[in-house]
Amino acid sequence: MHKALVMEADACTGCHQCEMMCSYGKVGAFNPSKSVIDITIFDGGAVNVPSTCTQCEGAWCMVVCPVEAITVNSSTGAKEVSAEVCVGCKVCTIACPFGAINYDVDSGVVTKCDLCGGEPMCVEACPTTALSFVAEDSTGYDKMRRNAILAAGIEEGIA
Amino acid sequence: MHYVIAGAGPAAVAAAEHIRELDTDSKVTMIGAQAQPPYSRMAIPYFLTGKVEQKGTYLRRSDNHYAEKGIDYLHDEVVSVQPEDHSLSLASGEKIQYDKLLLATGAEPIIPPVPGMDDPRVQQCWHLEDAERIIDLAKPGARAVQVGAGFIGCIILESWVLREVDLTVVEMGPRMVPRMLGEKAGGLLQTWCESKGVSVHTNTQVKAIESTPEELHVVLESGETCPADVVIVSTGVKPRLGYLQGCEIKIDQGIVIDEHMRTTAPDIYAAGDCAQGLDFSTGETAVHAVQPTATEHGRVAAANMVSNNDLPYKGSLNMNILDTLGLVTCSFGAWEGVDGGDSAEMFNQDNFQYINLQFKEDILVGANSVGYHKHLGMLRGLIETKIPLGPWKDRLIANPVQIADAYLGANEASLKSS
Repeated sequence: MHKALVMEADACTGCHQCEMMCSYGKVGAFNPSKSVIDITIFDGGAVNVPSTCTQCEGAWCMVVCPVEAITVNSSTGAKEVSAEVCVGCKVCTIACPFGAINYDVDSGVVTKCDLCGGEPMCVEACPTTALSFVAEDSTGYDKMRRNAILAAGIEEGIA
Repeated sequence: MHYVIAGAGPAAVAAAEHIRELDTDSKVTMIGAQAQPPYSRMAIPYFLTGKVEQKGTYLRRSDNHYAEKGIDYLHDEVVSVQPEDHSLSLASGEKIQYDKLLLATGAEPIIPPVPGMDDPRVQQCWHLEDAERIIDLAKPGARAVQVGAGFIGCIILESWVLREVDLTVVEMGPRMVPRMLGEKAGGLLQTWCESKGVSVHTNTQVKAIESTPEELHVVLESGETCPADVVIVSTGVKPRLGYLQGCEIKIDQGIVIDEHMRTTAPDIYAAGDCAQGLDFSTGETAVHAVQPTATEHGRVAAANMVSNNDLPYKGSLNMNILDTLGLVTCSFGAWEGVDGGDSAEMFNQDNFQYINLQFKEDILVGANSVGYHKHLGMLRGLIETKIPLGPWKDRLIANPVQIADAYLGANEASLKSS
């Protein structure tokens, strides 16, 4: 059973600690611009929305990649980018309807959430319950994710 | 059941793999004319810059990928199709019977009808072999003239500049990448290229290429002549359909397909750059010739071939992303706008930044951007889900940069009323 990274906007205080830890884990620096999880602040902090890749079933990024740089980690279910294989063509960054895979100018490749190999640092850093890492079907999250795929306009079974 | 796929590009490979996922027993044969394993033209520019080796352009990493998947990969070329007896003929002389056939034969470059194109110093950039020849010809200090500043032309610019080639670009359209970028976006891209030392001529065509043993002379309609050591021709592509001459199958711009990816011939489907399929934005059919459309076509065609046409397709959203010497430009859907629609625009000329959003009522239908590379996929999400933007439309008109905010705002329940 894979675990899912669940984001609850209602519990997010907008402290950005997840972004700091994510970037530290990814590039060894506290640099939110290198984070693959983002907190968007609305109305001066009245509402804060965390967003990152949900490791969706559709996996548009993986399907569209012209060089098989994105593969599924069988132990976590995460879609992972190989920086060695990625040519930096960016086609995945327009194909992902969630905008959850992005080009990093410094490395010349795309980056996305890989669930830190099964121990997401953002979840550890989160001081509230806004981010949690739980069994997929314990929360109905898997269903929610499937719905997101259907809402994005591509019928189940294609991707 | 024998599934046969003519072609070995992204649409073909996506289809072959998906057929195999859905039907583990039937025979799947994929026929490709190239000498190499299936590779990706999208990756050739990065082979030209030296970022990857030739193997880095292959669509799949494992040497035995197709055998492991139970896909028979045949190095051969389809020369004709006979729908009446469900067969196709190959260049090797072999004849193959199919139960269901997918035509995914891709595109081929358009060669402009200009005298002098046959000089060996005049090169296409289409196959891996072309890229190898270009690498040989593009020596530091060499004078290169690139004919065409479309998508392929712009993406390979970087390899010339990195190779310290003295580069001139000639585009017949009014701006660079005219089929993907509007006037301001195309103009920014031209200024950017010129700032990197590339000489750009728009609104002019090449009249002739004259050869002398020492050099080439590229004669423009404007009257100018550009001396060159090498000429690269990238004046667009068209569906590769020569093998269908005399075949009873409807062809317009490409092979016309319905919402199940069926052609007008029984048990024959088409996908990718050779196919004219449903366009999400217009409801008409179009040849997109882009990677996202090719892979979606391949998978949808596979699902319909296996399921007996159970999966109608909503159509593909035309989209493109281009990195020209470090400036990222992108386009989605109806970026030129729709009748009675509204638009939002942000133009920061000094910083090479531009966003143009097109709306129909409060739904995003198209976009162009220059100088942005974060969360661009959200534009696709907003367009394809047709999610009503509500108050976010006016906020985007006031400040088009807030794309991520609008995306989250329109999707997040707690923000819908705010």
